[in-house]
Amino acid sequence: MTKANRTKPIKVVLAKPGLDGHDQGAKVVARALMAAGMEVIYTGLRQTPEAVAQVALEEDVDVIALSSMAGSHLAFCRRLKPLLDAAGLDDKLWIIGGNIPRQDHDALRALGFAGIFATGARLGDITAFIEGNV
Amino acid sequence: MNDRLRTDAIPVVNESGIPIRPLYTEADLAASGGTAMLGGPGEYPFTRGIHPLMYRKQPWTMRQYTGFANAADTNARFKYLIANGQTGLNVAFDLPTQCGLDSDDPLADGEVGRVGMAIDTLRDFEIAFDGIDLDRITVSLTINGAAAILIAMYLAMAERRGFDVRKLRGTAQNDILKEFIGRGTWVFPVEPSLRLVGDTIEYCAAHAPKYSPVSVCGYHIRESGANPAQEMAYAFCIARAYADEVLKRGVPIDEFAGRLSFNFNIFGNLFEQVAKFRAGRALWAKIVHEQYGAQQPGSMWMRMIAGGGGSGLTLEQPELNIVRGAYYALISALSGAQTMALCCYDEAYTIPSEHAQRISLRTMQLLIEEMGLCDTVDPLGGSYYVETLTSQMRAEMERIIADVDAHGGVVGLIASGSLQAQVSAQAYQRQLDIEAGRFRKVGVNCYRVDEETPQVEFHAYNEADAREQIARLAEVRRTRPAGAVARALDDVRRAAADGANTMPAIIAAVKAYASVGEITAALTAVFGRYREPVRF
Repeated sequence: MTKANRTKPIKVVLAKPGLDGHDQGAKVVARALMAAGMEVIYTGLRQTPEAVAQVALEEDVDVIALSSMAGSHLAFCRRLKPLLDAAGLDDKLWIIGGNIPRQDHDALRALGFAGIFATGARLGDITAFIEGNV
Repeated sequence: MNDRLRTDAIPVVNESGIPIRPLYTEADLAASGGTAMLGGPGEYPFTRGIHPLMYRKQPWTMRQYTGFANAADTNARFKYLIANGQTGLNVAFDLPTQCGLDSDDPLADGEVGRVGMAIDTLRDFEIAFDGIDLDRITVSLTINGAAAILIAMYLAMAERRGFDVRKLRGTAQNDILKEFIGRGTWVFPVEPSLRLVGDTIEYCAAHAPKYSPVSVCGYHIRESGANPAQEMAYAFCIARAYADEVLKRGVPIDEFAGRLSFNFNIFGNLFEQVAKFRAGRALWAKIVHEQYGAQQPGSMWMRMIAGGGGSGLTLEQPELNIVRGAYYALISALSGAQTMALCCYDEAYTIPSEHAQRISLRTMQLLIEEMGLCDTVDPLGGSYYVETLTSQMRAEMERIIADVDAHGGVVGLIASGSLQAQVSAQAYQRQLDIEAGRFRKVGVNCYRVDEETPQVEFHAYNEADAREQIARLAEVRRTRPAGAVARALDDVRRAAADGANTMPAIIAAVKAYASVGEITAALTAVFGRYREPVRF
């Protein structure tokens, strides 16, 4: 769908998974998505997989986005995937950003994360990817 | 002449918002207030350094941030660094430990030993520091939300090993207010968090008077989006909040101010950083002397660790981070830092390798052994530019502090989330500036290379380490005296509820091998847990 014929703004839940407290990047991305006209629900820190799945379901979001800087992304996503599947959210766009080493990208894609935005990604690329895939 | 005029016409403004001229002369220095706030090194207001001889007497302490997996692996790395000439330790804990969770807590799944060493009980601390002479090697604990517990463990471990706690030196980060702005390892709500910091300062002033229970961090506020002047000004506001908390208990300022220390960021313009530190030393001395009435020179010293600057390092062309690290070390030395910890070149990728840590250590040793950085105190003192900028930075910091005070003080601004929202807005603007090429980062928005094949050795995370850690905790739980643990945890709860200083009860609990998670649970039963205000 193109931006022009969208009837309502894209809704994104942006979550900080696990115990990682580094939220500077997540907040920057949240602002960029809002500046691009999206509705952003930023969860704040310390989200469990259950909490992410619940807020995504309750808020009826189009995009489930995670920001991970502390290395536990694979462990977290492996626990999150079945929860999102069970909640019928497998048709939503799942993306992840942060300190995500290249060697983990294939595993994350296999889990269903269509967009991976590692350190150095540009804000415009993130918004364009979301707009092009929702 | 045309060249000069043309240069003069280009507006150059440093990150703190101060316009920078192409040339500074005596006239600029006079206009900025001259050298009235200079003094000699070791003399109030300490612009030139807190000691008369500075590094001539003793070089800065070298203290690389280290910790991963478990106590045994970390102990081995500590010994490697000490064998390579490191003079202090700076301990990294894993996130469960930092958040007050035991390794077997469901919330710790996948995080045990990942970004630092896992600590559950005093048993782990005994292993971590085995064979390390705590009189010779001072230890800095990078711990905040769970700081009271980990300080208690450190003091208990040192005492059991026969060290005199009254003479024990060392530092805990224990700056919880900045965790609400950046870094995020908070546990309790703002007010009881502040009380716990007060408990540690009050306890150490009486029982471990050489120990520095707090290292107030401008560092992470800067990483979260603050400019250099804000970084230091906000840190001073937070340090004042801790001082106020201790003063209201009736402890005189001169009995604890000398053990407050600071942790600042180094990335950015070299001269702005040097001026920031020189200005900050004078301003902190002025605050402690004039506002708090301290009389002891040591109370007025802005003692600091510097050298780190994660935001300055890049994932792109990571070997350039070795060069950046060398400049950061140079800036720290020119600024009179007491302690240095450099970011390693591979940190944007992984937990630093032994090799990367040794390069950082050697970088500092090069400055000491080859470059003459320890020969002369405050070598940039007297420069028209540096002195003018120092005065201007000090004025800007004073303006920011006055602004915070006019808005009700830093504790309220943090509790409401408005300080977080402000620095976050600045971080967003910075990212836009980087992407537009207005804020230059070599390898990121200029001088890029197309094919990047960084030579970085990844630190492998071993799931078996987490299982071993959980097994060790189970073993401690099985073999410790259960009744004594239950009584000790009751005492912690009672001290928290009664408003007493919690440290004696926490120390008794760690000596009974109560775990970090159990003691935290006893405290949250009274204090509750922090709920983050999410504001934009």
